[in-house]
Order: sequence, then C-alpha cells, then structure tokens
Amino acid sequence: MDFLSTALPLFFMAAMGLAMLAYVVLDGYDLGVGMLLPRAANDDEKDLMVASIGPFWDANETWLVLGVGILLIAFPQAHGLVLTSLYLPVAVMLLGLTLRGVAFDFRMKAGDAKKPFWNTMFTAGSFIAAASQGWMLGSYITSFSDGAFAYAFNLLIALAVCATYTLLGAGWLIMKAEGDLQLRALAWARKATIPFALGIAAISIATPVVSETIFNKWFKLPDFFALMPIPMVTAAAVAALWHVSGRKSIMQAGYGWIVFAATVLVLVLASLGLAFSIYPYIVIDRLNVWEAASATDSLVIIFIGTAITLPTIIVYTVFVYRVFWGKAKDLSYGV
Amino acid sequence: MDETSLLLARMQFAANITFHILFPTVTIALGWMLLFFRLRFKATRDAKWEEAYYFWTKVFALTFALGVVSGITMSFQFGTNWPGFMEKAGNIAGPLLGYEVLTAFFLEATFLGIMLFGRGRVSERTHLIATFLVAFGTTMSAFWILSLNSWMQTPAGYEIINGKFHATDWFAIVFNPSFPYRFTHMLIASGLTMSFVVAGVSAWQILKKIDTPATAAAFKAAIVAAAVLIPIQIVVGDMHGLNTLKHQPAKIAAMEGLWNTEKGAPLVLFGIPDKETRSNLYAIEIPKLASLILTHDPDGEVKGINEFEGKHPPVLQVFWAFRLMVGTGMLMLLVSWVTLVYLRKRTPATLPKPLLYVLSGMVFAGWLATVSGWYVSEIGRQPYIVYGVVTVAETAAKHAPALIGLTFVGYLLLYTFLLIAYVLVVKRLAERPNRGQALTLPVHMRARAQSQAQAGD
Ligand code: HDD
Ligand code: HEM
Ligand code: HEM
Repeated sequence: MDFLSTALPLFFMAAMGLAMLAYVVLDGYDLGVGMLLPRAANDDEKDLMVASIGPFWDANETWLVLGVGILLIAFPQAHGLVLTSLYLPVAVMLLGLTLRGVAFDFRMKAGDAKKPFWNTMFTAGSFIAAASQGWMLGSYITSFSDGAFAYAFNLLIALAVCATYTLLGAGWLIMKAEGDLQLRALAWARKATIPFALGIAAISIATPVVSETIFNKWFKLPDFFALMPIPMVTAAAVAALWHVSGRKSIMQAGYGWIVFAATVLVLVLASLGLAFSIYPYIVIDRLNVWEAASATDSLVIIFIGTAITLPTIIVYTVFVYRVFWGKAKDLSYGV
Repeated sequence: MDETSLLLARMQFAANITFHILFPTVTIALGWMLLFFRLRFKATRDAKWEEAYYFWTKVFALTFALGVVSGITMSFQFGTNWPGFMEKAGNIAGPLLGYEVLTAFFLEATFLGIMLFGRGRVSERTHLIATFLVAFGTTMSAFWILSLNSWMQTPAGYEIINGKFHATDWFAIVFNPSFPYRFTHMLIASGLTMSFVVAGVSAWQILKKIDTPATAAAFKAAIVAAAVLIPIQIVVGDMHGLNTLKHQPAKIAAMEGLWNTEKGAPLVLFGIPDKETRSNLYAIEIPKLASLILTHDPDGEVKGINEFEGKHPPVLQVFWAFRLMVGTGMLMLLVSWVTLVYLRKRTPATLPKPLLYVLSGMVFAGWLATVSGWYVSEIGRQPYIVYGVVTVAETAAKHAPALIGLTFVGYLLLYTFLLIAYVLVVKRLAERPNRGQALTLPVHMRARAQSQAQAGD
C-alpha cells in the first residue's frame, strides 16, 4: 500500500504530462492550420487545408479531455484550485474551441454565401484557443499571480504558443500538401520559426525570473551542468528548423517532415524542462502531487483501466493515421 | 456562501448541460440507425439505403460536432463551478468520468474520422465496423455518465471518512439502485428523439415534394422505431417512478403535486402548485389514481411534500416539467401509431397532409420530452448534489457574481446562435437531399449508384 500511495500519484502526474504533450502536438497542428487559413491562396486551398485535419481533430482534442480528466480524477484538490483560478481563460478557450469545432461542418454545409463567415470563425476560434492556452500556461507557471508583471509574462507565453502552433500547422501542411500549397507552407514555417525561437528564448529567461523556486532549481551546481543538454539540443533543433525551412530542395527531396519533427522535439524538451521545474509540485509552491492525490483505492481502479485502454487507444490511433497516410488531396468534407 | 453566485452557477451549469444533451440524444440513437441503413444496403444493395445513409451521415456529423464542443465545455464545468463536489466525491466521480474518456470518447472520436472520410480508403467491412464503433462509443459514454448521475441521485457503495467519499464497492457504485432505470429510460429517449427528427425531416421533404425513395425508407424505419419504443418507454418510465418513490419520495411528491400525506391520493392532472398556500390552485384531480399508480392499491399511502419540510425541491418546476414529458410521450404514442396504421395501406408520400404537418411539427418533440425529463430528475434532487448527503451550496465555487454572470451571458449568446445555426443548416441540408452526393460517394460506388439510378428511372 505504501509503495502504491507513493508511486501512483507520480504515475498519474507523468500520464497527465504526456496527455498534455500529446494534446499540444496534435491539436497544435490543427489549431495552427486554422490560424494559417486566411493565408491560403483560394477557396480550394482552404478546403484542402481543412480536409487535411478533418479526420483527426476530434480525437486530437480528446487528449485535452484526458489531460483535464486525469487532473480531475487523480488530483481532485488541484483540479478545483487550478480550474477556479483559471475560470476566465478557461471560458475564453472553450469559446474558441467551440467556434473552431463547429466551423468544420458549418463552413461546408451552411451554403456558399456563409462560407467566408465560418472561415473567419474557424481562424478566430483557433487563435482564441491557442492564445488562451498560452495564457493559462503562463499563469500556471507563476502560480496564478496577479499584477502587470505576471500578465506581461502570460501574454508573452500566449504569443509563443500561437507561434508554436502555427509552426506545427505549417509543418503538418508540408507533409500533407503538394505543389503550391506545400511551397507556401514551407514559407509559413520559416516565418513562424522566428517568433517561435524568440519565444522559447524569452520563456527560458523569464521563467526563472518570475519564479524563485524554478530559479533555485536550475541555477544550482552541479544540476546546472546536468541540465545543459536540454537547452543545447533545443538550440540544435531550432537550427535544423531554420535550415530546412529555408530550402525548397530539402523538402522536395522528401525531408519536409523534419520541420514538424524538430518542432515536436523542442516541445518534448520544453516539457521535460517544465517537469523538472515543477516537480514534485502540482501547483507550484502550494500543493504537491501526494497532497493533491485521490485515495489510493480509486487510483488503483483507474490505473488498471488506463493500463488496458491507453495502449488500445494508441493502437487504433496509429491505425487511423495509417488509413489517412499520404497527401490530403482526395479527402472531402462533403459529409 | 453568496446566494447570487450560487444561483448563477446553477443557472450556468443547467444552461450548458441542457445545450449539450440536445446533441447526444440525437447522436446516440442516430449512430445505430446509420448502422441499420448500412446493413440494409449491404443486404439488399438497394441504392436508397445508401442514399439515406449519406444524407443522415451529414446530419450526424454536424450534430456530433456540436455534441463534442459542448461536451468539452461540460468536462471543465465540474471544476469551474463545483470544485467542492470533486473535492468531496472525487474518489467516486473521478474513476467513472475517467472510464468514460478512456472507453468511450477516444473510441468515438477516432473512428468518426474513418466513418466520415474512410470510404474508398478502407474496405466496406472496416467501414461498417467503424460505424459500429462510433455508435457503440456514444452508448458507452451514456453508460458511464449516467452511472455517475444515478450515483448522485441514489448513492451506494461508499463510506465517508473525514468528510470525503471513499469507495467500498465498485459494483454497487456503477450499478446503483436508479442506474438501470435511468440508463434504459435515457437510451429509449434518445431512440425516440432521433426517430422524430428523422420522421419530421422526411415528412417535411415529402410535403415540399423533394422526397426520394431514400426519404420513404428512412421515414418508415423511423416510424416503426418510434411506435415500438414509445410503449416500452411508458412502461420503463412507470418503473423508474416506482424506483424513485423508494429512494427519493420528496421528488415524487413534487412530481405529483401532493402536499399532504394521503391514503387514496388523487392524480393531479392540472394545477398550479403554490408554495405560499402549500396547495394547488385550480386543481383538476382524478380520485385515488396516484395511489393506484404508485402503490398499485387505490387506498395506498403516498407521502406528501409537507413531510419533507426544508428538504424538498421546488414543486412548481418539477410538477410541470413532469407533465410536459408525459404529455409529449402520450402525443408521441398517438402520432406514431396513427402513422403506422396508415402505412399499412399507403406509402409515405401519400399520407394525409395534416399528419405530415403534425410529424414535421414534432421534429424536435424528443428534445422537449428529454429536457423536461432531466429537469424532473435534477431539480427534483434539490437541494442535494449527492442525494441526502451533500448539498449543492456546500460545493459551489466562490466566484464573484459578476464573473459568473459575464461568462453565463457569453455562453447563452453563443449557444443561442449555434442552436439557430444548427436548425437552419439541418433545414438547408433537408432541402437539398442529394446535393453533393456525387462528391462524397467513393469512386467505385459512384458508378454503381448511377447505373442503379438509371435502372430505377
Ligand atoms: C446520455 C448521454 C450523455 C450525457 C448525459 C452527457 N453526455 Fe457528454 N457526450 C455524450 C453523451 C452524454 C456523447 C453521445 O458521447 C457525445 C455527444 C456527441 C458526441 O460527440 O459524443 C458527448 C460528448 C462529450 C464530450 C466530448 C467527447 C469527444 O471529444 O468525443 C465530453 C468531454 C462530454 N461529452 C462530457 C460530458 C459531461 C462532463 C457531462 C455531464 C455533466 C456529459 N457529457 C453529459
Ligand atoms: C444531460 C441532461 C441533463 C440535464 C438537462 C440536466 C439539468 C440540470 C439542471 C436543470 C440543473 C440545475 C438544478 C437546479 O439547480 O435547480 C442541474 C444541476 C446539476 N447536474 Fe444536471 N442535468 C443533466 C445531466 C447531468 C449529468 C449526467 C450529471 C453528472 C454526471 C449532472 C450533474 C449535475 C450537477 C453536478 C448539477 C449542479 C448541482 C445541482 O444544482 O444539483 N447532470 N442539471
Ligand atoms: C410517458 C410516460 C413517461 C413516464 C411515466 C416517465 C417517467 C419518468 C420519471 C419518473 C422520471 C424521473 C426519474 C427520477 O429522476 O427519479 C423521468 C425522467 C426522464 N424522462 Fe421520462 N417518462 C415518460 C416519458 C418520457 C419520454 C417520452 C421521454 C423522452 C423522449 C422521457 C425522457 C426522460 C429523461 C431524459 C429523463 C431524465 C433521465 C432519467 O432520470 O431517466 N420520458 N421519466
């Protein structure tokens, strides 16, 4: 029992982190495509962009439900604290996700006259969702502090998240599109790389400044040196991004996926860094994972369920990605 | 606890879940209906079944999208509005919600992609399985969430340690006393809602003379489903009521509008329950009938609201919501059976016009009955959030009223807008039943559908 009550909260903390990371990567490219929509050359290109994410967005969004679900299931104390503190940004995000989610269908079914309106809703919804998620992340890192300084920090992260999703969206389109659209996606990726890299740098500097706890963790010898690989690999990944997104020839040689992969690598490293920063807290400086956890009996019940269903979910998710592998040209959103 | 905040939080939660349930009630059963269309097509190779499938898949996709986005909102609402609920009951509510995500949400969301876009990319069999898994997923989702809701109505299998619920028996929790009734009643409610949507839209297409053989096929399937389901629903509803009498007598007293405990209690058909005088104004009653229905004995004793001083729900809302549900159910019985009798002699296109008008008028009758039913259940459970154990007021978040009010207005505006858009788009789809069909059919089926259409001319 004692082992379980120590280990299970850690397991669920890790599972929650993974679910959130999966969400950021997966819904990130959807939302990114949404934000890029106005840049498409014509209506057909817009349809194609939306079609490229059509079969996936719903399942992608479900990772958010799982992430929040684990918070609620495994850490009910933290769930209440986090969600009441983030009341307004959560409501704003839900507004964004709602507009984006319904726009998939409405833009095709409401008639040609209303299509531009729903395209706008699609983009606006994607942008609102991305920005409010960034704001919440910032707010979470500062333990929900108020004040101009904290708000500036949240705003910075909101912008960085928008840039990240745009980059993921461009990387996705490089893989799913052909011809003109693919070339344009490469150019979008290059443009998005700049705010993305600046954002990562700014966050790395700002986070230890706003949070003393995090400062003390990173700038302590010898940990400082042990942690160096994280920023170094991140820098290398950003360099790769810059290199590939500037060269048509690499993409045309079939290595366009590097853009997406390098972005994902940066996100994985950022998550590791964040996990290191906050461990063992679930709400920084206020509540650690064990204080926040549910009763061990309840955790065991969900652990069993998770151990059986999560691998199954991964298997059928892979199956669906394989079914829709390749270029997006012949998917229609007619239904 | 601030009264205004509490009231606003409840209104907000009620508005959001009411908006959400509109879409699941349609999709849960429509998924199975689509599977039926698909299987009929496989068995007969008659193009009308395939056309019906494609048309209703469009409606399904739209409805599903609205169900998903409003559901995402719901999954945050527990935390934002009732943090105290999760803190107290998290050990029980958590696993049930978790199993819903793991066994239902991922399943339906993932295979929906194949169902909508997979034709031509996967075999007919895989596509059929995907359609099945989507329908199955929506039903599983109803299973878990209704298990939780029923547990909140009739809690079982728990103990309370330091003010928090701890599970002692998971089987008793999942299959708590009211769960079998609520789950069955809700699934049938979904079947009825879907049937009247399909029948109503089809009737309207017939009236507008834009019907095809697919319209007639879908119409008949829907009428038969409705006619079969409604008597079962009435019986299940009655059993549900008896179960409620056992566990939540105050709710039954409010539903029946009985103020005083009586032997041989009358059935109040109409009346305006008045909390000042604690009696019904303008009441029309049938002697002894309530006792007969509830105790199966004309002189049986039924407890009145006054027995539950201070711990009973508001009577007016529960009383009227119950009548709205049962009234709609009776209307459904009448209309579906009359139509069924006509269909023995006539085709859908030659049904009497007034009947077609009634059916298209009842297109959303299921929504009315379902939402009223939920109001009976939920308002009838007040003032508790976990019946008899925890009150709502203990669990509410302490937000400023202005904050809740602001988001509440935001949700209302958004939902009104989306609901109007939904109804208009379904209408638009119905006006162009075949529009875009050539686009959506996969290549190998397009040729076949065309040749069959020519053969049919
Ligand atoms: C009786 C059925 C029923 C009821 C009472 C509820 N739901 Fe629901 N919900 C469904 C039946 C359903 C469904 C049929 O599974 C949906 C509707 C359409 C859809 O896409 O799935 C759905 C979707 C849905 C989703 C999106 C799932 C996805 O991404 O696919 C979430 C997060 C929730 N719901 C959450 C809730 C919560 C927190 C509820 C209660 C407070 C709730 N639902 C009540
Ligand atoms: C889907 C159809 C449902 C409808 C239409 C519905 C409707 C309502 C309404 C009208 C209220 C407010 C009652 C009042 O304050 O007077 C309410 C409250 C509530 N319901 Fe539901 N409900 C539904 C399903 C559920 C489910 C499935 C759950 C949980 C699993 C749930 C949990 C709650 C909670 C936590 C509250 C707030 C506390 C309270 O006021 O009792 N509801 N609901
Ligand atoms: C006509 C006879 C009917 C009877 C006697 C009946 C009975 C009941 C009762 C007693 C409840 C309250 C249960 C409780 O919370 O304790 C209820 C709830 C409900 N009813 Fe009905 N009902 C009938 C028809 C319908 C119809 C036609 C629909 C929808 C198409 C419907 C949908 C619902 C729903 C969704 C609920 C809330 C969920 C639940 O508690 O099961 N009912 N019904």
